[in-house]
Amino acid sequence: MFITVAGEKKEVKDGLLLKELIEQEKVQTPQYVTVSLNDEFIETADRDQVVLKDGDTVEFLYFMGGGAWH
Amino acid sequence: MALSDEQIERYSRHILLKEIGAKGQKKLLEAKVLVIGAGGLGCPVGLYLAAAGVGTIGVADADTVDLSNLQRQIAHTTADIGKPKVQSLKESMEAINPDVTVHAYQKFIDSSNIRELIREYDFIVDGTDNFAAKFLINDACVMEKKPFSHAGILRFQGQLMTYIPGQGPCYRCVFKDMPPKDAIPTCRQAGVIGAMAGVIGSLQAMETVKFITGTGTLLVGQLLTYDGINQSFRKIKLPPCDGKCAICGEHPTITELRDYEQPACELRL
Repeated sequence: MFITVAGEKKEVKDGLLLKELIEQEKVQTPQYVTVSLNDEFIETADRDQVVLKDGDTVEFLYFMGGGAWH
Repeated sequence: MALSDEQIERYSRHILLKEIGAKGQKKLLEAKVLVIGAGGLGCPVGLYLAAAGVGTIGVADADTVDLSNLQRQIAHTTADIGKPKVQSLKESMEAINPDVTVHAYQKFIDSSNIRELIREYDFIVDGTDNFAAKFLINDACVMEKKPFSHAGILRFQGQLMTYIPGQGPCYRCVFKDMPPKDAIPTCRQAGVIGAMAGVIGSLQAMETVKFITGTGTLLVGQLLTYDGINQSFRKIKLPPCDGKCAICGEHPTITELRDYEQPACELRL
């Protein structure tokens, strides 16, 4: 099946879990990354129960600091 | 208030725009914007807002200019090393446009003073580098019903989103809570390309000007990400607040501001 991950269409195995996708994509510090599936946020604890379907869209939203401050 | 001949000339490229015009320029001159952080993001934001004729601009930062800042903090010069950043930025802004009033706050913004400070302003720009400050600004803006622009930069990546009370998700809707100390690398640890601060800071200035003049579509409910390696921009749709957010939800569990432990890394390169 095909899904879209961070804007890129990818072929993945049927029945892939969201948790497995995160591992496959080598997402850094995954526990601090917000994940959306078809424009809905998925709770971190639910990632190992969410089964991806053909046509799904997954986004990773990363913490980013920057700028200046002390 | 009528525009003077000098103002008409200075702001002529704004006035020519049908989306802004003399009416929009007057709105800019009457607007009050607070920029928190006078560094990589705060410098381009401050310079562009001053150039745009935003009438009153506050800049807040407790830090002084350091040699390692100059690779990206373009309002500060080599001669400014050791000077308070807010003073250096204020001088650069006033040199571009003496028409604007710049209030420099050389102090730490924390839970004890942020609400009072932001109350004085129409729009807040988050140009800070750490998550304690980002959550503080978010929570204070939600409580005071103030719109703000969030941005972050790291390595060759940047992101921004705009919060407008009642119109879309807040920063906490997306990122929930503070990451633990050292869980996420900072610019000081991981580096950042100098021009990234210029790209993202300029986009924050763009959001600010659009908010003040009521122009176009703001990044509400959207996270704009920029990847400098591939030169790609992406807009990620953010779901609306589900009502469960700890600060902007229906039954907020955060009713008082708190100061998180500062997780900034000590490593200096």
